[in-house]
Amino acid sequence: MIRNAEGPLPSTLAVGTKGEPNMSTPANAALPLEVAGARKKFGDIEALAGASFDVRPGELLGLLGPNGAGKTTVIKAIAGRVHLDEGTIRVFGRTLTSRDSRPDVGLVPQELAVYPLLTARENLEVFGALYGVSKSELPRRVSWALEWSDLKDRSGEPVKRFSGGMKRRLNIACSLLHDPKLVLLDEPTVGVDPQSRERIYEMLSALRQAGVSIVLTTHHLEEAEQRCDRIVIIDHGRIVAAGTLAELLRNALGDSRSVDVRLQAPWPAASAQPAGWRVSDDGRQVTVEVASLGRDLGSVLGAMNAAGVEVADVTLRGSTLHDAFIALTGRELRE
Amino acid sequence: MIGTFLRIGLINLRRDRVAQALTFLLPIMFFSIFASVFGNQRNATSRISVPVADEDQSEYSRKLVKALAAEGGLRVVTTKDRNAGTLSAAGGVRLEGSKDAGPEGPPLTRSDIETAVKNGAYSVGIVLPKGFSEGRNIFQNDPARPKIQVLADVSDPIAPQMVMGLLQKVSFTAAPDMLAVDGMGMLEKYGGPLTPQQKQSMDSWQKLLADQTAAGKTAKDAEGFVGVPIELVNVMQPGGDSKPTVSFYAAGIGVMFLLFSVTGASGTLLEEVDSGTLGRLVGSRAGMTGVLAGKWLFTALTGMAQLTVMFIWGAVAFGLPLMSHLPGFAVMTVFTAAAASGFGLLLATLSKTRAQLSGLSTIIILAMSAVGGSMFPRFLMSEGMQKMGLATFNAWALDGYIKVFWREAPIIDLWPQLLVLTGLCVAFLTGARMAARKWETL
Repeated sequence: MIRNAEGPLPSTLAVGTKGEPNMSTPANAALPLEVAGARKKFGDIEALAGASFDVRPGELLGLLGPNGAGKTTVIKAIAGRVHLDEGTIRVFGRTLTSRDSRPDVGLVPQELAVYPLLTARENLEVFGALYGVSKSELPRRVSWALEWSDLKDRSGEPVKRFSGGMKRRLNIACSLLHDPKLVLLDEPTVGVDPQSRERIYEMLSALRQAGVSIVLTTHHLEEAEQRCDRIVIIDHGRIVAAGTLAELLRNALGDSRSVDVRLQAPWPAASAQPAGWRVSDDGRQVTVEVASLGRDLGSVLGAMNAAGVEVADVTLRGSTLHDAFIALTGRELRE
Repeated sequence: MIGTFLRIGLINLRRDRVAQALTFLLPIMFFSIFASVFGNQRNATSRISVPVADEDQSEYSRKLVKALAAEGGLRVVTTKDRNAGTLSAAGGVRLEGSKDAGPEGPPLTRSDIETAVKNGAYSVGIVLPKGFSEGRNIFQNDPARPKIQVLADVSDPIAPQMVMGLLQKVSFTAAPDMLAVDGMGMLEKYGGPLTPQQKQSMDSWQKLLADQTAAGKTAKDAEGFVGVPIELVNVMQPGGDSKPTVSFYAAGIGVMFLLFSVTGASGTLLEEVDSGTLGRLVGSRAGMTGVLAGKWLFTALTGMAQLTVMFIWGAVAFGLPLMSHLPGFAVMTVFTAAAASGFGLLLATLSKTRAQLSGLSTIIILAMSAVGGSMFPRFLMSEGMQKMGLATFNAWALDGYIKVFWREAPIIDLWPQLLVLTGLCVAFLTGARMAARKWETL
């Protein structure tokens, strides 16, 4: 349990929203989460095909993958809502089956799982009580959650009057009242405006300051790039890559650079582009990964000339998570 | 443009099976149910079982009983069943081949009939009091003479009237020879003695009438006379109070709407499934069993409040005797609402969507209410429909309320209804728990 003199998580606000994560957990302590060889089939569909990854203390891990890749299934398995066919889930060193209670885990569902006719305070009170917060502790936890989610001024209003972003924040707060040390968020920023998204990440950052470990699934590559300490890319139920952004880029693309070539006219349908070249949907842009600019750029432009396409513009840029994602999964990340 | 709207509507209807069922299946179902309920009603009332206590045991009273038994519309019972101590079916003479008649017991008394009508075994019975045929003369109005009594449960508006009509009829047709003697007696009294020739003619006519009666023929000539004195006695409310009729409708309508409201309340479960709230609840300490138990209890308490409000309104606005039946009402309301709440949860857990629940509950609740007596008293239905009604929730709940408000039964007598409602409640909740597994760990 992460505590300070004032008790569990309310200290989060005292720590503030800036600064580095509290990594005070001893290095030899059990990891917050270890998923090993997770397999799950729904009928003929293999949702998880031996997924393995772990979460380190106080880190924010981004679980990235296209729709149907197995992100939600693995999150539900960690939360005990999906029974694995094979594999193990260890939370803080404790191997858990789907029947075991998970007082250290907080699951934030993708849906807005709050009661619209109840006020924010009432929602927090009922979910706090259901998740085992004692009667004496509950008022303090609710006050913390309202302040943490920036909903204190609207705590007496029915949730149905809230904006999408406010509902999202409340949805997250409802899962944290029992002071979990590992928080799982399934698409926490889906459908919210950029300001609300920023606010949600500020909240998560505040949690990390208190040493809470966070796993979130997301479709937003930029978010994963900017916000997550490490990223796990999952596809077809398998972990295809894991690491920091730099590690992912290096492992997936080496030291290559991306060359975006803008064309005067769409790429001729009759002419096949060389392997590894990606043509945009409108056919007017070709993206090529090159290992060495000096050596490869000339040959790229020469090949275009040979194919009879006229180049309008050339842009050089460093590789992004998007490039790595496509290189690893062979497909775009769909919404 | 209009064509486009028609196309949209048609596509939606074609792909929405619930809408199809509500549009086409539901009316057919209800037509069939009501056709069965009301269509068979005539057959049921055309042969009403009537216990008769012949306390007079005179020649005229025996003829009257025999004539009643010969009526196609009646099934006359005159004796107790020796084995069971209940009334057996017999018609003046014992009915040969009657399935439900055990060995013939002692003749019925007035108190036997009163008890049988009060406890709901029969809705009407006849008492031929001692001395009612003495000085019997339909041309004389003698208020001191004992009247034939029709003991009735007025909750059945048809049977007593039918029995009274048939009684009037047979009082003339049962003994036309005796009526003729009465007539001649009156003629001699006020018109002077008959001549020997007239007397001889009258004797031969009287003999002819007696022979015809013995042969089972009726005397049409007797029709149209002033009736024999018959008194209708409401054994349920001796003072003629009709207020309990209100209690029947309060219970009937109350139970039907209770089923609708508990189903609607249980439907919040499906909203919670859609919103993901159920996942959060199931993941809490409560678990699925706790979630269902909490919902069941809340819905049951709401149901109790709903029935209580309805009966209080009945008491205030329509004089329903709630306060004098409070313990029985409380017991029935607790058990009825508890079982109904289980029913609502079962339907909700069996449904996939709120729309499906709405369609399913409309069909099932209206069907149960029609067959189970919420819309039309079961005792007016055919025997087959009455038995079918016992398969419904409504019938057991309503039987309990009827026992409390009409039959003035002590609470202990409610045990069959309470036992069945408890059993139904357990079965509903077990079914709901099993059906809810689909929302638990995958």
